[in-house]
Amino acid sequence: MSSGIRFDRVSVAYGGNTVLDSLDLTVEPGEVMALLGPSGSGKTTALRAVAGFVRPASGRVLIGDRDVTDLPPYRRGIGMVVQQYALFPHMRVEDNVAFGLKAQKVAKGEIRGRVAEALEMTGMAAYARRYPRELSGGQQQRVAIARALAIRPGVLLLDEPLSALDAQLRSGMLAELARLHRELPEVSILYVTHDQVEALTLADRIAVMDKARLQDVGTPQELYRAPRTEFTASFVGNANLLPVTVAADGVSFGGVELKVDTGGATRGASATLCVRPHLVGLGAGPNQVVGTVSEIQWRGATHRLYIDVDGHRVMADVRELREPPGHGESVTVYFAPEDAVLLAAGVTDG
Amino acid sequence: MGRPSEPPVTNGPAAVAVPTLPQALDSARAGGTPIALRNDCPQRDQPDQRDQRDQADQRDQADQRDQRDQRPGPYQAYLWALPPVVVLSLVFLYPLALVVQQSFQPDSGGTSAQAYGDVFASAAFREALGTTVWLASGSTVGCLVLGFVLALVIAFVPFPGGKAVAKFIDVFLSFPSFLITLALLFIYGTVGMANGLWTDATGAAEGPFQFLTTPWGVLLAEVTYFTPFVMRPLLAAFSQIDTAQLEVASSLGARPARIVRQVILPEALPALAAGGSLVLVLCLNEFGIVLFTGAKGVTTLPMLVYSKAILESDYRGACVVAVVNVLISVGLYVLYRVVSRRVGA
Repeated sequence: MSSGIRFDRVSVAYGGNTVLDSLDLTVEPGEVMALLGPSGSGKTTALRAVAGFVRPASGRVLIGDRDVTDLPPYRRGIGMVVQQYALFPHMRVEDNVAFGLKAQKVAKGEIRGRVAEALEMTGMAAYARRYPRELSGGQQQRVAIARALAIRPGVLLLDEPLSALDAQLRSGMLAELARLHRELPEVSILYVTHDQVEALTLADRIAVMDKARLQDVGTPQELYRAPRTEFTASFVGNANLLPVTVAADGVSFGGVELKVDTGGATRGASATLCVRPHLVGLGAGPNQVVGTVSEIQWRGATHRLYIDVDGHRVMADVRELREPPGHGESVTVYFAPEDAVLLAAGVTDG
Repeated sequence: MGRPSEPPVTNGPAAVAVPTLPQALDSARAGGTPIALRNDCPQRDQPDQRDQRDQADQRDQADQRDQRDQRPGPYQAYLWALPPVVVLSLVFLYPLALVVQQSFQPDSGGTSAQAYGDVFASAAFREALGTTVWLASGSTVGCLVLGFVLALVIAFVPFPGGKAVAKFIDVFLSFPSFLITLALLFIYGTVGMANGLWTDATGAAEGPFQFLTTPWGVLLAEVTYFTPFVMRPLLAAFSQIDTAQLEVASSLGARPARIVRQVILPEALPALAAGGSLVLVLCLNEFGIVLFTGAKGVTTLPMLVYSKAILESDYRGACVVAVVNVLISVGLYVLYRVVSRRVGA
């Protein structure tokens, strides 16, 4: 069963407080869509609207061609995995996985095979007779995923599924989720996270949310290379956001002319220039500015320099330096014209 | 009471028994293992961490041993235990022993269990025993069913004033049991409101509500009064249930009835057992409710003790019944402990 998700101007309000403001978003069948945003951005509310735990004040939610807005959760046929696993503590792993099949009145003879299949898929077949409390966090999350997949849902909702795991396990589980999706290409996945790495790694497209609104949608590459708003630029990857004025053939930043593609912006208008820190180099180059080092951090393979340029902070991630500059030292940094993106000021105010 | 052999204030060992600040800090981060790691799942332990932890534990144990060695000697400990034991014996154990002794002392002197034979042989006792057991079990079942449903609604169905209701249950627990009976008398009693309305409306001499003086009246009063005793632990248990579990269950296709049966009920079982056994013991020993309903035909064991001792002046018989009552209560308690330990609650 292959079915996408469609939000049709969905708004949700709690006691007059709008937590989701007319969301318009389509998740294509088989697509992994990440809802990325800080807490309180409305991303979890959007997921709960699909699951049926919150009722939209207006708008419709569609799964496939079916309008599910008025359906109770148990009639939506959705797989769901949450941050705290939410396994049933008094049931063995196999009974946890069988729960959904029994609830959906799957024939008794078929249940055993489908439980085994789901556990096999998540690598938990050896733990079928264990109780959840006998498993580690990562193993519990695998069982939770097996439980959601056992009912063969068309839509899988993942609500911060890796947030409770430590960093090492998280990267392993990310790879595991990617593999699962390759094995089940017809399942549409809505993945709620505040972690940009998870979103960039796993998602086909990312929907960036902030302040109850959708800010930006695009593939990870689009959002990273050409963010449309300051919020997207700073939330998807790190970014230097420099206040500039549009000039004749580029922009003016702190009295220095920088060559960038202005995309036809009006001359004299104020705008924001976005440059990724790892695209800023140390030394002389095409677009160079001079500043003083205010802080320097060693990060193993790289050095992160914080450089004060005309009262603005510029971050530069450069390959580990043998002789890093000291505090207060004057340095020159540059970036290539094609590595900068000009954002019209005020885009994020909405 | 004798003065402790060594005054603790000036005494070195007693002062050292409380770890000084640097010492306490040191044992907290013994072995340099961050505290967060100690809470981690055992499966993910790195061997070197485990070694460190073992070392830390050993050091902690060593610290404790040092402290124990320097504590006041065992005689002092017994000295401290003496006052509570004396008070307990005087006000509780001694009277209880008297009751048991009395039950074994015939008027003719000496010791015999003949009174037990007499009491067990009497039809009144056997009837009272039967009444007590079925009333208590009936009330317990009623309380469990009603309490579970009410607690379910209060905990999981959001409605305005739900918190206030939960608070009221705490207050209800402090009410005396006869108050409920009295309230029921006002409503359903022979000259109560319900019958009054009926006689006013129909002109009949008697109202239709005469059940309060029957065992059913006692049952109603006991269920009404004791249901909050079941709800209290249930509400506590329900508040521990992760709502995400209920949500996931419903997303998997489970309707509310299945969620209650297969997710909520199993997690509430220990609380149900605790509340139920408490109510069972309380009902077995309930006196005020039975007395206040004025149900003359309903004789429970406590009522039998009362009537034997006060009305018939048969103290020995009363003591025998009392001993039986105590044995049943203690037996139930032991059974509850054994069962709850086996269940793992």
